[in-house]
Amino acid sequence: MNYAFDYGWLLEYWPVLLKGLAITVELTLVGGVFGVALGVACAWARALGPKWLRPIVTTYVEMIRNTPFLIQLFFIFFGLPSLGVRLGELEAANLAMIINLGAYGCEIVRAGIQATPKGQFEAGASLGMSRIQTFWYVVLIPALQRIWPALSSQIVIVMLGSAAVSQIAAEDLTFAANFIQSRTFRAFEAYFVSTAIYLALAIALRQMLRGLGWSLFPKRSGR
Amino acid sequence: MNEFTDWDILRNLLLAARWTVALSIVSFIGGGIVGALLLLLRIGEGRAGQIFTKVYIELFQGTPLLMQLFLAFFGLGLFGIDVPAWLAATVALILWTAAFLVEIWRGCVESIAKGQWEASSSLGMGYLQQMRYVILPQALRIAVPPTVGFSVQVVKGTALTSIIGFVELAKAGTVLTNATFQPFTVYGFVALIYFCLCWPLSKSSQVLERKLNVAHRNH
Repeated sequence: MNYAFDYGWLLEYWPVLLKGLAITVELTLVGGVFGVALGVACAWARALGPKWLRPIVTTYVEMIRNTPFLIQLFFIFFGLPSLGVRLGELEAANLAMIINLGAYGCEIVRAGIQATPKGQFEAGASLGMSRIQTFWYVVLIPALQRIWPALSSQIVIVMLGSAAVSQIAAEDLTFAANFIQSRTFRAFEAYFVSTAIYLALAIALRQMLRGLGWSLFPKRSGR
Repeated sequence: MNEFTDWDILRNLLLAARWTVALSIVSFIGGGIVGALLLLLRIGEGRAGQIFTKVYIELFQGTPLLMQLFLAFFGLGLFGIDVPAWLAATVALILWTAAFLVEIWRGCVESIAKGQWEASSSLGMGYLQQMRYVILPQALRIAVPPTVGFSVQVVKGTALTSIIGFVELAKAGTVLTNATFQPFTVYGFVALIYFCLCWPLSKSSQVLERKLNVAHRNH
């Protein structure tokens, strides 16, 4: 192998990488928050919601979990305009990530809800709590605490999957890498550096989610 | 210009889907072999082997598959090889699959009670014998449902290889969209074909898991 690695372009192009990183972080933040919310809503619908809603949610979850994220993205960005729904690339990317995480989040949260012993619903009711109060305090919060590790890794997976949004010209970190390689012809180096940034981001995100889990669900005494 | 009927679109997509299936099978089998080798290192006694597999798993699970595809595509080229897209796609998918399978399987091996290791070693079995006769026969049973479940991720992962220019289902969808200007229909069909490939795998994973649980309850 007689190839001379050259990272000189980093001096000139680091703002491009930084901007791409900012977009990736932003997409992950929006996708993470709304995706988890959607997942919780769908888990409620599937486990405790009205009968007519259940098959709809099940169909949504199965459709998303059994098709590639890239195709969901293309369908939203290229396909929906023929129905009159025209989205910008960032909006489409955000929407695709929310819908994707929502489906996986639904399955994960549902597993946590189903692990709640039935007696706890009854105990909640016997304390005079409303259905919503029981769901929130007795079912959902302990369930989220239980499945937080699984949910965290799913959020990291969605963050890594967001690399595909560069394909609809959303200017994320991968888009920045593509841009740099087309300018400098230093393809390997450009992808190497951005891969390293993704790795650092994944590690940081995992730690942040662990910290968030600790502060959201402080260990209660007697547990 | 030729008019494309829905049937023309579907027919061409199905032809391309063969490559999705082929790439999925090769990646899954190759990933399984590499994953099994890594598993021996991961649960073996050697400290260096354990650290190597840990770093390997972190690298492949902590970075986007798309980046791994790019690095394989351009990285192999550094050695002066002219890399066809299918080769880079296969290499990257095998390495990526292995990283996930080794973690799934490690969990299965570690779920085997410690007493089994001790009992077999007290019978004078070596490491490989313990694996072959005691641990693996039990671990494999537990490993089947999550392994089948992960195969869905492999099929979906192959869609990303379209970005480095491998012509499979997703790429065919893009090409057909450019030819027909009917993205809604084309990507609808593409999604449907992926669903038909993945859903039976997802379902059978769930069924296998339920069956296995029944076996466990009878113990």
